[in-house]
Amino acid sequence: METDTSLAVQVNGEPRRVAGGSTIAEMLQELGLDRRKVAVEHNLAIVPRSDLDRITVEVGDTFEIVHFVGGG
Amino acid sequence: MNAPQQVQSDSWTVAGRTFTSRLIVGTGKYKSLEENAAAVAASGAEIVTVAVRRVNISDPNQPMLTDHIDPKKVTYLPNTAGCFTAEDAIRTLRLAREAGGWNLVKLEVLGEAKTLYPDMRETLKATEVLVKEGFEPMVYCVDDPIAAKQLEEAGAVAIMPLGAPIGSGLGIQNRVTIRLIVEGAGVPVLVDAGVGTASDAAQAMELGCDGVLMNTAIAEAKDPVLMARAMKAAVEAGRLAYLAGRMQKRRYADPSSPLAGLI
Repeated sequence: METDTSLAVQVNGEPRRVAGGSTIAEMLQELGLDRRKVAVEHNLAIVPRSDLDRITVEVGDTFEIVHFVGGG
Repeated sequence: MNAPQQVQSDSWTVAGRTFTSRLIVGTGKYKSLEENAAAVAASGAEIVTVAVRRVNISDPNQPMLTDHIDPKKVTYLPNTAGCFTAEDAIRTLRLAREAGGWNLVKLEVLGEAKTLYPDMRETLKATEVLVKEGFEPMVYCVDDPIAAKQLEEAGAVAIMPLGAPIGSGLGIQNRVTIRLIVEGAGVPVLVDAGVGTASDAAQAMELGCDGVLMNTAIAEAKDPVLMARAMKAAVEAGRLAYLAGRMQKRRYADPSSPLAGLI
């Protein structure tokens, strides 16, 4: 029997599960998001683009992933 | 006799960036991204305001604004619409900077939902923090010459007083205060909010503003693309009229045809 090694996190206010050991960049890919078009806040701190490959997702992490939409 | 050359090279500069178009348009409230893009093209705008929002993680393949309006061709000006505290606005713009990589932003901190009137205490606080962090905020504010001066002292790169409440289309309610802000400012002044139709935009420019920012007046017109063209023409006409210097008003008539030689 395989053990589920995924981690519970919050993404944009919703509970999600992410494969254990993933980097933020890998999580974005799993979510189908283009990393060049979004910005990520990780536990209330902005993640510089260059750090997306360096930071590993931990259980209970909170993410806000935003992009530009129409506005006045 | 060098007026034509002067007009030809008419441009304005904000935070070291020079633009020819004095019309900034919003990208909200359009029926589709296609219509939005067509209206931006018709307006001739070189800057568009954009909002920062959560991506839809359940449907990541939804069409994106950046696919229709190219950020390499048009300057994206991220805004803080919907923020009611300095803290929220600062957080939003930090994210915007990471999403786009630029410092030129539009700050607006609102006081209440009913009027969307700016909260100047929070706006000033946010301006100070943003400037310290290297941002170049163009700041939405009340049409108050003293508040405008305080924002400029805090490092705002442009002062953007409302002509009337956001989305109201009421036109410029207080021409006197807009003019006082223009006369007192050492940075560009743009009327932001309240424009309803072309004559309102022309009026802002005739008062000596450096530009006009609008969204609803174009997006909610029956034909947004046609209205975008009208606004382009109005801003240009108003600017030219301002440069030309209008005639003095008189109480009574003054004939245009000579009286001499009258039969």
